[in-house]
Amino acid sequence: MRYVTVFILSLIFWLLITFRFTVSNIAAGAAVAAITSAIFGRYYFHNVGKFLQPRRWFWFLVYLVTFIWACIKANFDVAYRVIHPAMPIRPGIVKVKTTLRSDFARTLLANSITMTPGTITVDIIGDEMYIHWIYIRSEDPAVYSRMVTGRFEEYIKKFAE
Amino acid sequence: MAAVILISVGVLFNLFGCLGLLRLPDMYNRLQAATKCVTLGCCSILLGVMFHFGLGSAGFRALVAIPVLFFTATVAAHALVRGAYHFGTKMDKRSVKDDYSEIVK
Repeated sequence: MRYVTVFILSLIFWLLITFRFTVSNIAAGAAVAAITSAIFGRYYFHNVGKFLQPRRWFWFLVYLVTFIWACIKANFDVAYRVIHPAMPIRPGIVKVKTTLRSDFARTLLANSITMTPGTITVDIIGDEMYIHWIYIRSEDPAVYSRMVTGRFEEYIKKFAE
Repeated sequence: MAAVILISVGVLFNLFGCLGLLRLPDMYNRLQAATKCVTLGCCSILLGVMFHFGLGSAGFRALVAIPVLFFTATVAAHALVRGAYHFGTKMDKRSVKDDYSEIVK
């Protein structure tokens, strides 16, 4: 079943990037998608049924909007620090605990953290994420964990776990 | 018109990213500017391309390139930061905290 999901997703991706709906192009795409899903199918989507739950799609959309907004904010934040003559930075690497279990959800969370204001995920060891932060706003672990993971963690938990 | 505005904003953010590469003190902070400003700058340019060509073949390709760019940029940033730390690149002296050192050494 998960081979079929990977096959469908890669075929859609192929059709979007080539954007020609001739029979020969679709056949070539199907061949490539079949090879891709044969090789990589076992790594993805341990539970395909999650794709069919509308609730998860709703939370995915909420997550997407929050993510894009955080992204734009992140850019103005970094641009401000770069242009400011005194360069207000207070960098460091902080340790943040995550409650997410699955690899896919953790990857998404790490990616979201990298794109949001001033933070880059350096490593994940066990339950702990190590995050480089360009301006550490607080010394208290509970406060800055909340600032770094933000609302992403709960949204990702709702649609990916 | 929307295309021109979006592409101008994108070029401006790319400029900020390059400025950050020059001004910020150490490798980790420079990578912050490089991933954030440059990624959103490129996304803005791609959106401008989409508006310019309409939702045809080029427009869809530009749209598909945005998520691909996001995933590759974040993964590349993570790999570079981790590699630099394990290689022993020093953090700037203004750094206030380093929780990662207790794991690596």
